[in-house]
Amino acid sequence: MARTAPVSDWARDFDVLDQRYVADPFSIWDDLRTTCPIAHTDRRGSNWLPTRYEDVTAIAHDIEHFSSLKVAVIPMGPDGDGERDLEYGLPPISSDPPLHTWTRRLLLPWFSHQRVESYVPLTRELCRGLLDGFVDTGGADAAVDYAQQIPVRVIARILGVSSDMADSFTGWVRDVLEFADDDERRSQGADQLLEYFESQLAQRRRVPGDDLLSELLLTEVDGAPLDEAIILGMAALILIAGVDTTWSAIGSSLWHLATNPDDQKRLVAEPDLMPTAMEELLRAFAPVTMARVVTGDVEFGGCPMKEGDKVLMNFPAANRDPEVFDRADDVVLDRAHNRHVAFGSGIHRCAGSNLARMEMRVALEEWLRVIPSFALEEGKEVLWAGGQVRGPRLLPVVFP
Amino acid sequence: MKIRIDPEKCQGHARCYALARELFAVDDYGQASVIVDEVPTELEGKADLAIANCPEYAIERVGD
Repeated sequence: MARTAPVSDWARDFDVLDQRYVADPFSIWDDLRTTCPIAHTDRRGSNWLPTRYEDVTAIAHDIEHFSSLKVAVIPMGPDGDGERDLEYGLPPISSDPPLHTWTRRLLLPWFSHQRVESYVPLTRELCRGLLDGFVDTGGADAAVDYAQQIPVRVIARILGVSSDMADSFTGWVRDVLEFADDDERRSQGADQLLEYFESQLAQRRRVPGDDLLSELLLTEVDGAPLDEAIILGMAALILIAGVDTTWSAIGSSLWHLATNPDDQKRLVAEPDLMPTAMEELLRAFAPVTMARVVTGDVEFGGCPMKEGDKVLMNFPAANRDPEVFDRADDVVLDRAHNRHVAFGSGIHRCAGSNLARMEMRVALEEWLRVIPSFALEEGKEVLWAGGQVRGPRLLPVVFP
Repeated sequence: MKIRIDPEKCQGHARCYALARELFAVDDYGQASVIVDEVPTELEGKADLAIANCPEYAIERVGD
């Protein structure tokens, strides 16, 4: 069972769900990088936590020793078996080549730069509608009322499912990612999500549409239709990966701007800075940590990793490595050189990165256009979620 | 100035394309390519930015 005792030794007994880590992992990573750059824990299985850019990217590229068959940061169910509820997992993210290679090629065109640009009007309209709903009230929860509402609806459109289901989708995805250490809640969320997509697939078998699900049903590989379990896994992945992640990035960006009035003013005054500023916000507040499974006993960076151990791919910590980034713990909106790995590195580079960037850009542009000046609401709590995906879940702000 | 992209290293982050559309294209699969033979002098700064922002270290100067 998961232990929840507070951590006193971050090098040998870390816990990514520890409240201190969720609230402020940055100082912990800074300490680890200089004292024990690859930390270890036996909480929830044997897990390693690299904190240096060089180590994180090297492991991401070494797919021979570090498999993606289990990518959950919090093990799902006994022995992590819940992660493989489906025969093929969630390809391509939880797969290695060759399955990874061809399933990824099926998805990428749906998230190409050009395709993503076609979703801009929908995203902009959605953001404006949300802002209209609270701009006159002087305050809102920037996470609940805004950030959380955007990616889920865009992804629903791409999948071809009803955005009326947005709240259910958000609930299931949170059950799976955020509350994964609660076995019952995780498996209930996963079951509902899979049942929903099973029924949606059955519907499209009868009446195909022009959406991603329909196309997967019509796709043939080597002359045969795709296995239903693969389609289901891909559909579930797109929803799971497309909701919490970008919502967290938008929320963290708004949190930074709410707490740093100088940056807020600067971004309003210099809208051309947005692309560079956005990359910097992605660097500083990269939401996603993914896991890898060690395929056989191997020594890496002096650490005796055993077959079956997990490595938590700490892309967020890599992005704060002072060996690679000057003033790594500062947000520098005009940072010109920024090889951040918020979307990962190597063959598993986030397939939805174009979409995420577009949603983030439009969401921030529209917010700042309508609400150019805002601050945290005094006396109200900001609540962060962490583990696989870090971002604010409650973000009360005021805009007098 | 000439630049090239190592197709084995490129993973489709599209940072180069975002920074310098005059110099790079990306296909439906995210694979980036250089679309100029010679980088015009006035775009050399942008080419350097693209090189310095590629998370895969996939872009390099050819010769010097």
